Amino acid sequence: MAMHPLRKQRLAIVVFILLAAAAAAAFLGYALRENINLFYPPADIAAGKAPLDRKIRAGGMVAEGSVQRATDSLKVRFVVTDYSASVPVQYEGILPDLFAEGEGVVVTGQLAADGVFYADDVLAKHDENYMPPEVSDALEKSGKSAPYSGQESTGL
Amino acid sequence: MIVELGHFALILGLCFSLALAVLPMYGVVRGDVRCMNAGGPLAVAQCLFVTLATAALLYAFLSDDFSVDIVAAQSNTRLPTPYKFSALWGGHEGSLLLWLEILCLWTLAVAIFSRQLPRDILARVLSVMGMIAVGFFSFSLFTSNPFARHLHNIPADGQDLNPLLQDPGMVIHPPMLYVGYVGFSVAFAFAIAALLSGRMDASWARWSRPWTNVAWLFLTVGITLGSWWAYYELGWGGWWFWDPVENASFLPWLVGTALIHSLAVTEKRGAFKSWTLLLAIFAFSLSLLGTFLVRSGVLTSVHAFAADPTRGMFILGFLFIVVGGSLTLYALKAPAQARSHGFGLLSREALLLANNILLIVAAMTVLLGTLFPLVMDFAGLGKYSVGPPYFNAVFVPICCVLAVLIGIGPSTQWKRSSTTSWLRAMVVAAIASFILSLILPTLFGGEFYLGATLGALLFFWIVCSSLVSVRHKVRNASSLLTGLKRLTPSYYGMLLAHLGFACAVLGVAMISSFHDERDLRMTVGERAESAFSYEVRFDGIEAITGANYQGQRGNFSLYKNGEYLRDLHPEKRRYHARASQVMTEAAIDAGLFRDIYIALGEPVGEDAWAVRIHVKPFVRWIWLGGVLMALGGLLAIGDKRYRSSAGRSRSELPKGESYAKT
Repeated sequence: MAMHPLRKQRLAIVVFILLAAAAAAAFLGYALRENINLFYPPADIAAGKAPLDRKIRAGGMVAEGSVQRATDSLKVRFVVTDYSASVPVQYEGILPDLFAEGEGVVVTGQLAADGVFYADDVLAKHDENYMPPEVSDALEKSGKSAPYSGQESTGL
Repeated sequence: MIVELGHFALILGLCFSLALAVLPMYGVVRGDVRCMNAGGPLAVAQCLFVTLATAALLYAFLSDDFSVDIVAAQSNTRLPTPYKFSALWGGHEGSLLLWLEILCLWTLAVAIFSRQLPRDILARVLSVMGMIAVGFFSFSLFTSNPFARHLHNIPADGQDLNPLLQDPGMVIHPPMLYVGYVGFSVAFAFAIAALLSGRMDASWARWSRPWTNVAWLFLTVGITLGSWWAYYELGWGGWWFWDPVENASFLPWLVGTALIHSLAVTEKRGAFKSWTLLLAIFAFSLSLLGTFLVRSGVLTSVHAFAADPTRGMFILGFLFIVVGGSLTLYALKAPAQARSHGFGLLSREALLLANNILLIVAAMTVLLGTLFPLVMDFAGLGKYSVGPPYFNAVFVPICCVLAVLIGIGPSTQWKRSSTTSWLRAMVVAAIASFILSLILPTLFGGEFYLGATLGALLFFWIVCSSLVSVRHKVRNASSLLTGLKRLTPSYYGMLLAHLGFACAVLGVAMISSFHDERDLRMTVGERAESAFSYEVRFDGIEAITGANYQGQRGNFSLYKNGEYLRDLHPEKRRYHARASQVMTEAAIDAGLFRDIYIALGEPVGEDAWAVRIHVKPFVRWIWLGGVLMALGGLLAIGDKRYRSSAGRSRSELPKGESYAKT
């Protein structure tokens, strides 16, 4: 059956768009599944609810007196706590400016079988009033209120 | 007193915007010429009063009037004067006033420069801009009044501007970004006016093209400045983080880029009409969505939004009205305009269609990644974060395909596929770029990286195929020079913008492949090796005192192959008004082909500091690309056909291929 050339062109375009959309959707879904990181509060990690050896995020307050530095490298160990449970974290690198004991922090990395969280990335607060929302939530759940609650944006 | 006058001026501005929203449109409906003509004076009045309001607030900042809430929150007596200007838009209320000021300036510009438009079209455009202004005046006055003040217990001093924003880049970045953001409202208003009038011919595309170009170029400059600022100010040496706030400005840019390409087809060929209208609506809707994301607090926390939803709900409601209203109008009016228009597989229409599809897919993927965590959190399905790997995985392939098409597009012809002689020239260009791409990264790094080679290949492909396009265009001229002179500014603008894209691609590819990042523990006197035979010696730390901060300065000497190059002085600053917040000021030895980036971490023992030493090849090319793109947009506006009288129809324009897309 001969098709009108215009109709043929339209059909080609529609088929192309459908195929491209299907491929894009499949690819997107895959990319998204591989690269989203779920947040676990310290209580969940201590209770064994967090998966091992998968990239996850954790957060809470840096426990007072828990920061230990190596003397020959930038290795650092500290404990993240929501005041009911805590997780030891190991990191090598430069800590953000606002990292301090008794302050909120969010770490991205993997939980190992030895119970230590090996962080690739440490995020502290953006400024002195800001508390990472995950952290304030985690603290709320554990029944300990956050020392800071103000929110502040830094402009666009 | 001045503050109250400013508040009063803002209220008067709202009144004028209400009149602007209603009167000219009423004039169009009733055929009343006097009402239609009222648009111009009303736009002037609206702009005058919002400028008075801004001036009053600026006066409050400059005179340290801490009775005004936002002055107390964002300024300080010791804040240097230029930063008192930028403190104005350092927070929510002030940045909304800036939004409004820029919107009114755009409206004024349309009223002044579009007087040659048919009277009813101009009246509709100004009315639509007035409606947008009503929304934002109300938002500012009713939910985030910048003039709110406390007359009891006036603080003796302000809390100071966030130190991150105390930077020359941050003085100009937000206005640039906003001019771009808000500028898409003009394209939107033209689209709505075209839909309302039912005249969706090529002329509306020609009218809105220069406006869209200006908006796009400012947005380009704004995003480039933001990336540059993040690079030197945040102290991590990153230049793009796929942060939701960045994405909020990047989304309208992607759709805006699609829009300026699609407008070219609509103007030249009368095709893609409905699609172009839709893009104009989406570009502005995404600007509003960006405003919502940044300004409602949903990004900081869904719960912060739920705790104080007035602002968020207001923008969300406004967004619904704008998107819903314009899409309804589109559904009612646009299909009647559908017209079949055949074109070949390698014609310029086909390539511009592909460009549009790719840019929209790119925008959708970025939108998905940005909104996914918010949707999941709202639905109570957990707190996710979507990391840069997602965005890189979806965005990089799309950019590669785009870069290939950018090479082909400019030298193709409207309607039909091109000739064999052209095909031969393109094959030569492809082979040349392939050979060049193999040489460059190897010369530079001595190692083979797929990413760098691919980036260089795409860079040279765009450069070589642009040359093919130029040669193709001047083939009938008596000499090369006369031929080059005859080409239009918009053609050169397009080449420049594409070259800018090529530079940015090369920059991203090179820095991703050859960057060297070392975080070290260094003691005074220690030398550390870095990549490309660079060496850094840590000479010591000294105390420094600034206008409103105190800090420490590191002394480092930079060596290459054992030869001394220069000293570098990264700093740590502690601002008086925000004592617990420490700032990192990186020291950068900038170069066209590489940056050396040194930042201080923290003291990690006696005489020992954590030090960040990065070598960043070609990082400047990313911003150079942004600058070239913006310059390209500027050249394109210079095209004299945009200054021709509006009465001319498309058929009276000179025929031929000398008008290129931009």
